[in-house]
Amino acid sequence: MSIKKISKDEFRLVVDKLIGKGNVFGVKSKGDKFDYGQLESSKELRLDYDVTLQPPKKYFQPPVETLVTYQGQGNYNSQYDCEKFVLIGVHPYDMIAINQMDILFSQDNYDSHYFARRNNATIVACDVVNASQNVFASSMNTAVVKDGFDVLLTDIGDSYIAEAATQKGEELLALAQKAGEATKDDLHKRQAVWDKNKKELNKHQLNCSVTYLPKLLERAYNNPIWEEKAKTCFSCGSCNQVCPTCYCFNVQDDVNWDLKSGKRERAWDGCLLDGFTKVAGNHEFRNNRADRFRHRLYRKGKYVPSKIGGQIACVGCGRCIGACLPDIANPVNVYNKLIDDIGII
Amino acid sequence: MCNCCAEKKDIYLPAPAAIQEVKMLNGTELYLRLSMDGSPLEYVPGQFVEVSIAGIGEAPISISSSPTLGDSFELVVRKIGNVTNAIHNLKKGDKVGIRGPMGKGVYPIEQTKGKNLVFICGGIGLVPQRSFINYVLDNREDYGIVTILLGTRNPSERLFHSELEAWSRRKDVKFLETVDKGDEKWKGNVGVVTTLIPKIENELKDAAVLICGPPVMYKFVLMSLKEQEVTSDRIYLNLERKMKCGVGKCGHCQINKYYVCIDGPVFCQSDLKDVPEAI
Repeated sequence: MSIKKISKDEFRLVVDKLIGKGNVFGVKSKGDKFDYGQLESSKELRLDYDVTLQPPKKYFQPPVETLVTYQGQGNYNSQYDCEKFVLIGVHPYDMIAINQMDILFSQDNYDSHYFARRNNATIVACDVVNASQNVFASSMNTAVVKDGFDVLLTDIGDSYIAEAATQKGEELLALAQKAGEATKDDLHKRQAVWDKNKKELNKHQLNCSVTYLPKLLERAYNNPIWEEKAKTCFSCGSCNQVCPTCYCFNVQDDVNWDLKSGKRERAWDGCLLDGFTKVAGNHEFRNNRADRFRHRLYRKGKYVPSKIGGQIACVGCGRCIGACLPDIANPVNVYNKLIDDIGII
Repeated sequence: MCNCCAEKKDIYLPAPAAIQEVKMLNGTELYLRLSMDGSPLEYVPGQFVEVSIAGIGEAPISISSSPTLGDSFELVVRKIGNVTNAIHNLKKGDKVGIRGPMGKGVYPIEQTKGKNLVFICGGIGLVPQRSFINYVLDNREDYGIVTILLGTRNPSERLFHSELEAWSRRKDVKFLETVDKGDEKWKGNVGVVTTLIPKIENELKDAAVLICGPPVMYKFVLMSLKEQEVTSDRIYLNLERKMKCGVGKCGHCQINKYYVCIDGPVFCQSDLKDVPEAI
């Protein structure tokens, strides 16, 4: 696959060409912050962003999404959203989160609704230019990404190094008429960006190897930290909402005025929310806030990793740290406190 | 809709099924016999289905019949939530949506062949157990001594009266029953289901023990079984959790590392050692 050098102006032309052809989503400024949204013009695209308010998961698992429609009892039809789109500006940690979702939604039972969107996406990832306030991707080994994207952009000053990883990516790069092949020198510059990001996207330093986390958690289940931290937890689920690897959902029916037809939707849900495990009859299995707080970190550090070949399901974006009002969500603080408490064996 | 997804199976799409028979078993439990409009449901004891009422939602319901029943299958539904309330309004001939069967259905059919079996059921815990009990009774020669313990809150909540009577008459089944609180007509045992466990000391030796009941029951039954030195590799528990997707995605039924919907709902106790949320 080709690796090209594209001037920033030329890349803007490419983005405008894509906008002329179909749906293009990318990172835009929102006040003094950034978020993903539909691009009307390449001028809106901000590839120098630090972090987006929301992760790009909404493009693959929207906050509310129709799964099936019904026309009376027993009469159901699948509903798919199959529009092609381009997503520009996905940072490596978010790309790795998407790669993890790809495994989780395909294993055990293939989720055709997730993949309807995923397979229609062309993803242009980009290396981080400005570190956000809370990023700790270097600690989580997620500061650079090697696969999953169609194109990877690396900012080397006045141009991007653009690597196509798929046929879709090649087609996208072919729109850059003035782009040339990247030289050895360009690739060295790209490597320098990667080397820098591997060290410097680290506002919080995890005091153990990321691969050690499942082992650490094996001995931490009854540690007092869960009660201590959860004392001030609002059970608001903000940490779930902004997490690129939180994908739990509720399934609910929305009936039309005829009271016969309607749709069945899935909507984002969060394991921190009270009622997440409540069954009819009012028995709630994870009734205690501390248990829910612990469950989330165990999912990231132990349970999900056991399903995806040991990859840790916290990618170090740091969004939960910023979103948590009582400031208890920082996973690095929890893991480091555990290391202080029970050590590394 | 385009065709790009049509080749893959939609795990969220219910298939139509028709209700062949409905009857109330007591004040709160409705019995339904259903058959799929298409090919019959193929399942093993211990599995469940998601029952779909359009406009209300879905609820996970254990299959109560044995696969030996034939082309139709049976459910028993307690009127307790939105979906189950709607199910209670259904009549013969009505349509519902069915997804499934779901769950690993790990009632140890193969592992327990030739062995003694003890079923411990509390209340509507009898409903999923009945699937394996009837399977065993329909393949009686494949199993050793079969013992069934049943505890119900009071006589008016008892289910499947004629089947219970038939089990108690069978020479090749030991059936013991108790109620938490009797009434003037009740002549049998009174007390919680654990009070029956000391009465089957011999039957418990080398038996596989299968348990299903309300959450509170498991703790006490497991304590009694420990006293009887039943090892955890012989104990199977049918666990209830909130379920939405039923296919291992939505996260609601998770107990530590397991999803009840795809890893259970029947678990061997020895697989629950480092799963503190299970009981």
